Amino acid sequence: MINEATNIKEPIAVDTTVPVITIKGLYKSFGKDNAVLNGVDLTVRKGENLVVLGKSGSGKSILIKCLVGLVTADTGEIKVFGTDINTLDNNELNAIRVRIGFLFQNSALYDSMTVRENLAFPLKRHSKKLSAEEVEAAVIEALDNVGLPDAVDKMPAELSGGMRKRIGLARTLILKPEIILYDEPTTGLDTITSREISELILAIQKKNKTTSIIITHDMACAKLTGDRLVILKDGVIDAEGNYEALEKSDDEWVRSFFI
Amino acid sequence: MLISLKNIFVNAGHVTLFTGRFFKEVLRPPFEIKEFLRQCYIIGYKSLPLVAITGFIMGLVLTLQSRPTLAEFGAESWLPGMVALSLIREIAPVITALICAGKIASGIGAELGSMKVTEQIDAMEVSAINPYKYLVVTRVLATTLMIPVLVVFADAIGIYGGYVGVNIHSDLNMFRYFQQVLDSLDFLDIIPATIKTFFFGFFIGLIGCYKGFTAANGTESVGKAANEAVVAASLTIFIIDMLAVQITDLFF
Repeated sequence: MINEATNIKEPIAVDTTVPVITIKGLYKSFGKDNAVLNGVDLTVRKGENLVVLGKSGSGKSILIKCLVGLVTADTGEIKVFGTDINTLDNNELNAIRVRIGFLFQNSALYDSMTVRENLAFPLKRHSKKLSAEEVEAAVIEALDNVGLPDAVDKMPAELSGGMRKRIGLARTLILKPEIILYDEPTTGLDTITSREISELILAIQKKNKTTSIIITHDMACAKLTGDRLVILKDGVIDAEGNYEALEKSDDEWVRSFFI
Repeated sequence: MLISLKNIFVNAGHVTLFTGRFFKEVLRPPFEIKEFLRQCYIIGYKSLPLVAITGFIMGLVLTLQSRPTLAEFGAESWLPGMVALSLIREIAPVITALICAGKIASGIGAELGSMKVTEQIDAMEVSAINPYKYLVVTRVLATTLMIPVLVVFADAIGIYGGYVGVNIHSDLNMFRYFQQVLDSLDFLDIIPATIKTFFFGFFIGLIGCYKGFTAANGTESVGKAANEAVVAASLTIFIIDMLAVQITDLFF
C-alpha cells in the first residue's frame, strides 16, 4: 500500500514553472439565463494539488468536466499539456484523456463487471500488448495501492461507499495518469473513511507526482490535500490562496467556508 | 402545438444521427467481440424459455380456435398447413418481436439509462473508450442476429403446439402432421417473413439503446427510458410489419 500520509501536510516539490492546465476566459451556460461559468481563469502547475471550493451548483464539476471534454465550453481556452482541447478531434482528445484520471462522485464503477474486470477494462483497451498475466499483475498492484487486494472478485454492489471510492481510484490509477481530477472524493463518507481517502490522495501525489484538481465541500480534505485553494463564486474564481491564508481572509464570505 | 411539432422533428433528427453513427462505428475496429457474444447469450439464450412457452401456446390456441370454423366446411385436414402458414408468415414473428420488445428493449433501456445516470457512460468516455461502440453497437448487432433465431425457434415450437392441439380432438401421427405442414409451405412463405425479423431485431436494439443512452439525469428517467423503449419498439414493430406485408405483396 502507498505510505500513509501524516497529519501535517508536508511540502511537496511543486514545479511552479510548468503549467499543466491553463484555463482562460471559460464560459459555460445551460440555456439563456443559466450561466454556470462566467469567465474562469485558472492555472494548475505540475505536481500541484489544487482544491476547488464553492457552493453547490457553482459550476465546480462542470469546470473539471470541461477539462476532459465531457462538457463542451461555450467560449474560452482550455490548455492541457499545452494543447487547447477545444481544437482537438476525437482521437487527439482521447490521447489526452488517457493521461488524465477522473474519479467520479459516485465512483461510477461498472455494475455488470467484477472489480477485476472494472480495473482491467481500460487497461486492456489501451495496452493491447500486455499479456493476461501482466494485466492481472497491474490489477493486483492497483488494488494494493488502495489497500483492497481482497476485493478483486467482488461485484460493485457488494462494496461499501468507501471501498467503491478506493476501487474507483484504483481504476483511475491503473493507466498511470499524470493528472487526476477528483469530483467530491469524500462526499457521503464517514469522517474516518473521508480521512483515509484524503490521505490516499496525498499519498498518490507523493508517489506518482501527479497533478490534481480536487472538488470538495469537505474542509478537512481540503486542508490535508490542498497545496492551493480556489473558491468559485458566480462563475468566476473569487478567492485564491493556501488554506491558512484563506481561513484568515478579510472577506466574510470566504471565511464562512472555514467555520 | 408548434413546440411539440418541433420536438418531433428534433427527436427524429437525433434518432437519425444515432442510427447513422451505428453504421459508421460497426465496421470500424476495434471490435468488441467478447461483449457482442455476451449480449447474444443474454438476448438469445436467456430469452429461449419465454419464447418457447409463448410459441407453444400460440400454436396450440391457434389450432383450437381455428378448428371449429374449418370443421364447418369439412376442411379439418387443412388445419396443420393453415396453422403453420399463419405462424411462420405473421403470428410468430410479430408476437416474438413484441415479447422481445418488452423483455429486451426495456432491459437495454433501463441498463443504459442507469449507466448514464450513475456516470458509468461518462467514465468510459473519460477513459478514452468509445461507449457507443462498446454498449450500442454490440447490443444492436446482437438483437439483429438473435431475434430471427428466436423467431425460427418460436415457429418450430408453435408448429409442435399445433400438433398437440390437433391431437386433442383427433388422432394424427406426428409424421403425417409435419408432412402436411411442409407440403403447405414454400420458400416464399419463409424468406420475406424471416427478412423482416432482422429489421424487428435491429429496431428493438436500436430503440432500447437510444432511449437508455439519451436518458436525462435522475433515477426517474431510468424507468421512463425503459417504458418509452417498450412503447416505441412495439409501435415500430407494427409499422415495419405493415410495410413488410405491403412490399411482399408487391413483389411475390
